[in-house]
Amino acid sequence: MSGHLFARAPRLDIDSVLTDPSVRIIVCTGAGGVGKTTTAAALGLRAAESGRNVCVLTIDPAKRLAQAMGLSSLDNTPRQVPGVCAPDGSGSLFAMMLDMKRTFDEVVEGHADPERAQQILSNPFYQALSSSFAGTQEYMAMEKLGQLHLRAEDEGTWDLIIVDTPPSRSALDFLDAPERLGSFLDGRFIRILTAPARGAGRGIGRLAAMGFGIFTNVLNKILGAQVLADLGTFVAAIDTTFGGFRERADATYALLKDEGTSFVVVAAPERDALREAAYFVERLRRDDMPLAGLVLNRMQQVDDPELTAEQAAAGAQLLTEQAALDPSLASRNELTSALLQLHAQRMQIAERQLRLADRFAAAHPGVSVTTVTALAGDVHDLDGLREVGDLLAR
Amino acid sequence: MTERLWPDVVMHVVSGKGGTGKTTVAAAMALALAREGRRTLLIEVEGRQGIAQLFDTPPLPYEERKVAVAPGGGEVWALAVDPQEALLDYLETFYNLKRAGAALRKMGAVDFATTIAPGLRDVLLTGKAVEVVRRKGKGDADAYDAVVMDAPPTGRIAKFLNVNSEVSGLARVGPIRNHADLVMGVIASPTTAVHLVTLLEEMPVQETIDGVAELRSEGLPVGGIIVNMTRPPMLTPEQMAHATAGTLSVGEITAALESCGLGAHEDAIVPALLREAADHAQRVALEQRERARIAELDLPTFELPLLGGGIDLGGLYELAGILRDGGMG
Repeated sequence: MSGHLFARAPRLDIDSVLTDPSVRIIVCTGAGGVGKTTTAAALGLRAAESGRNVCVLTIDPAKRLAQAMGLSSLDNTPRQVPGVCAPDGSGSLFAMMLDMKRTFDEVVEGHADPERAQQILSNPFYQALSSSFAGTQEYMAMEKLGQLHLRAEDEGTWDLIIVDTPPSRSALDFLDAPERLGSFLDGRFIRILTAPARGAGRGIGRLAAMGFGIFTNVLNKILGAQVLADLGTFVAAIDTTFGGFRERADATYALLKDEGTSFVVVAAPERDALREAAYFVERLRRDDMPLAGLVLNRMQQVDDPELTAEQAAAGAQLLTEQAALDPSLASRNELTSALLQLHAQRMQIAERQLRLADRFAAAHPGVSVTTVTALAGDVHDLDGLREVGDLLAR
Repeated sequence: MTERLWPDVVMHVVSGKGGTGKTTVAAAMALALAREGRRTLLIEVEGRQGIAQLFDTPPLPYEERKVAVAPGGGEVWALAVDPQEALLDYLETFYNLKRAGAALRKMGAVDFATTIAPGLRDVLLTGKAVEVVRRKGKGDADAYDAVVMDAPPTGRIAKFLNVNSEVSGLARVGPIRNHADLVMGVIASPTTAVHLVTLLEEMPVQETIDGVAELRSEGLPVGGIIVNMTRPPMLTPEQMAHATAGTLSVGEITAALESCGLGAHEDAIVPALLREAADHAQRVALEQRERARIAELDLPTFELPLLGGGIDLGGLYELAGILRDGGMG
């Protein structure tokens, strides 16, 4: 195995990240189905048991993982996981599941007077936007992270927030969606739409006004007048109260670039997952965002590298041939032959996974890596999370 | 020949939890359906260019391209649907408005429609698939015999397909609503089948079970379950029972290793083999439990093996053969 580039990649020392007091936020990201949420939860538990006061923000945890952390309902508030602390009694673990609609509603309620808030909340366009826009979840995850961070700084409730990212089409959506929504709400399209309300023609030139005529015609034709009316009311209501959706998105984005933030990219040893991880690593570098390293989950465990796949396969073959010549050896040889074939298969899988990991290591030589071997079953309780934590730190 | 399970289905939608290999399965399905000189179209809607990577072709444009031939002269075509292009396409087809596209784009309206406006993006994507399904080729024959869509993951599939309820918040009446109704008419009909891909692991199986329930409650037609990347048991049930109980005969294994020339490191090798056997037995038992849960769904089920060398074009043909033998196509 020492021939593998991957074996020479720097090790990601998870414990030094978790116990570094200057690290205030850890973002776990990666493709869907690679164990992001479990990793976030395991990191949270491990940090809490080393004495930190941790809040884990999960987006869409599997039922049993949520139960493992004592999350029975989605109430959008961090709840303490009972019985979790360091041996000396310090440290604590809080966990919450994101309710995106509720988070959006709270943003509205927090920034508008009650009457206007009601106007926005009951607007059909707002209702659709807050519950189904593909980027709302990402935006609200960021918003919630910002809120938790403020609370942590003001009240000292937590000194580490760990956030899991939504199961997006692409992991990059987490970084891009807030910006997209922010720039839409503050953008040109909205200004054009609301221009008539502010007095037709003012601020937009004659040419643009003509374009606008065609534009509204087209929209009316396609969407129907009712949609435009809803949208117009929504925009007018939100425009005067928010004033700076984009600034909000920018502030959270800045928080992610802060040196107190650390990104952990999670992947499985599969082509697609590693490709996604590579995109993310490149993006973080380009945006100057702090990367702690890569967690490579679900690695095939190999017990004995002294016996190569080829040796084991050849041995199995020989045993089968012996048994064919001497039937009295059949029962004995059959078992060992099967065991050797099993070993060969595991070694082959491990070898293929390492080749994939090598490719990643070759393209991203400076990235620290830790591997987690595949567990037989899913994580159902704190002990299971602890085991994952141990594997992460090994 | 095996009886065809879905002789009347034209649109096959393939979903699955992330990491289950749904793009691979969708591609194998498109190959399987392209039997006996038929033409199938494989559609990608998430902008990943996964199809191009599988078939080892350059990134797909918003244009139908032939990516593979099937045994017997069939053809697989592929299309990566981009929502922005689909919008301009839609404007041209229905309103003859292609030239307004540039102006709309400049105003930010295209971006609005394809990324912000709730549900619109999905109607555009599913709408394009439906347009292909309804399209006629020469002599009024269908342009494609079957369309396979590599769709969003199980967690979002019901919402993605149920475009009616998606746009209802946005448009209660009007052209968009009419368009959504038309799209829904095809998706919810017996000519569509939604297949779910899973692994024999707890979380993907649970998502599959939840996904089937959700699809059914939304009145969407559920097709089959494709269990992907299965590994056959390497030991007999009796051997596995011994492996779990720790009662495999160390003496026998040692003797056999010596007789085949692997005696040198037997002190390290024997315990390793025993651990691996116990681990294997545990995994097989977990897989059996998940297999039983899938069987309870009482849906046509396919099992596709994990291919040792990873997925290449040869592997896709192999998987397509298994699907075809099982009644797909």
